[in-house]
Amino acid sequence: MTTFDTRLLAVLAVLAFVVMGLSRIRVSEVKVLFWFSFVFMVLNNLLIFLFSPEHGVSIYGTRHEIAHLFLRYNLVQEQLFYQLNVVLKYLATFPVVIVFVSTTNPSEFASALNRIGVSYRIAYSVSLALRYIPDIQREYHEISIAQQARGLEMASRKQSLFKRLRNAASMLFPLIISSMNRIEVIANAMELRGFGKEKRRTWYSARPFRVADYASIIICVLMLAASILMNVLNGGRYFNPFV
Amino acid sequence: MKKSPVITVVAIGIGAALFFVLGRFVAIPSPVPNTNISLQYGLLGFMAGLFGPVAGLLIAFIGHALIDFSYGWGIWWSWVIASGVAGCIMGLAAKKLALSSDKFGKDKIITFNIFQVVANLVAWAVIAPVFDILIYAEPANKVFTQGLVAGASNIVTTAIVGTLLCFAYTKARPAAGSLKKEG
Repeated sequence: MTTFDTRLLAVLAVLAFVVMGLSRIRVSEVKVLFWFSFVFMVLNNLLIFLFSPEHGVSIYGTRHEIAHLFLRYNLVQEQLFYQLNVVLKYLATFPVVIVFVSTTNPSEFASALNRIGVSYRIAYSVSLALRYIPDIQREYHEISIAQQARGLEMASRKQSLFKRLRNAASMLFPLIISSMNRIEVIANAMELRGFGKEKRRTWYSARPFRVADYASIIICVLMLAASILMNVLNGGRYFNPFV
Repeated sequence: MKKSPVITVVAIGIGAALFFVLGRFVAIPSPVPNTNISLQYGLLGFMAGLFGPVAGLLIAFIGHALIDFSYGWGIWWSWVIASGVAGCIMGLAAKKLALSSDKFGKDKIITFNIFQVVANLVAWAVIAPVFDILIYAEPANKVFTQGLVAGASNIVTTAIVGTLLCFAYTKARPAAGSLKKEG
C-alpha cells in the first residue's frame, strides 16, 4: 500500500489489468468510470507539478536537469520518474476497484464484512446504505419534478449562486424530513424482528469458502509481503535508480 | 425519543445513502471552475448533531468511501478518514444540541457552528493533508492548499445548509413540554 517501488508497481499494474480481463467485464460498461479515473489522474499529476516541480529531487537526492521550461519550472529526470510512479500507482488500483465495484453483490459484501470481524451492526449499516441509495435517488427525482411543477426554475447555469443554493434547499428539506421518517419506520420494523438482541447473527447470503477463495487470500498476502520486503530492501518507500 | 441502538444502525445506513446521493448527483457548480459545493457536509453536520459521534463518523466514512468507489479511482483513504473525523467531532455536539426534543435557539446555533468549524478545520487542514503525505507521498504545499480550500468551502456550506436543516427539523417536530392542559 505504501510502496513506491517502480518495479513492483509495474508488476501490480499488469496484474490489475489481467484481473480486469479475467473478470469478463465489458469495456463499454465501465468506459465512463475509466474516463473519470483518467481525468482524475491527469489533474492530480498536473497539480503535483504545478505546486512542486522538484519534489522528485528532494526524494531521490540527486538532480539531472533536462531542460528549462518557464519561470521556476524545469524538466528534471527525478521529477519525471517520481510522477511515473504516481501514474503506475493509479494504474495498479483503478482496474481492481472497477472489478470490485462491478462484480460484488451488496448483500454478500455485508456478510463478508461481518465475516472478517466488522461488527454486524456496522455491516448491516453498509448494506442498508447500498439498499437505499436507489430509493433516495428516486425520491430526490420525484421531489425535483414536484417542485418544478410548482414553478421552481431549474435552468441552473444562468442563475446566481444564491438562487441556486435556495433551489437546492427547497428540494433538500423535503428529502431530509421524509428520510427521517423512513429511519423511524425501518428501525421499528427491525426492532420488531429482534435486530440487535444477540451478539451474533447469520447471513442469508453467506457463502462457504472454496479453493479459489483461499488461493486469492494467499496471493494477496504474498503481494503485501512483497511490498513490505521492497520497503526493507530499498531502505524506504522509493526505489532509487539515480545513485 | 428514546435512542435505541437499532435507530443508530438505521441512521448510519440511511445517512450514508443520503451523503452518497448528495455528494454524487446533486452537484451545485460554484463560481470557481471544477469545484462543486458539497451539500453533503451540511447534511453530515445535521445528522451527526442528531445521532451523535459514532453515527457521524460512520455516515461520513461509509458515504465518502462509496462516492470514491462510484467514481472508480479507488478510495482516497486520507480524505475518507478526514471526513469520518469531521463527522465524529460534529457529533460531539449532539448532547448539547438535543435536536430531537429542544428548540433550536440562538445559543444552539452558535454551539453547532463552533463544533462544525473546529471539525472541518481539524479534518481538512490537518488530517487530510497529513495522511496524503503519509499514504500517497504527495508534495506538502499541494496537499495543504487543497485541504484549506476544501475546508473553507465545507465550513461555509455546513454553516448555511446544516444550520437551516437543524432549524427546519426542530420546527417540524413538537418540542418537549409543548402540550398545555387547557384551562
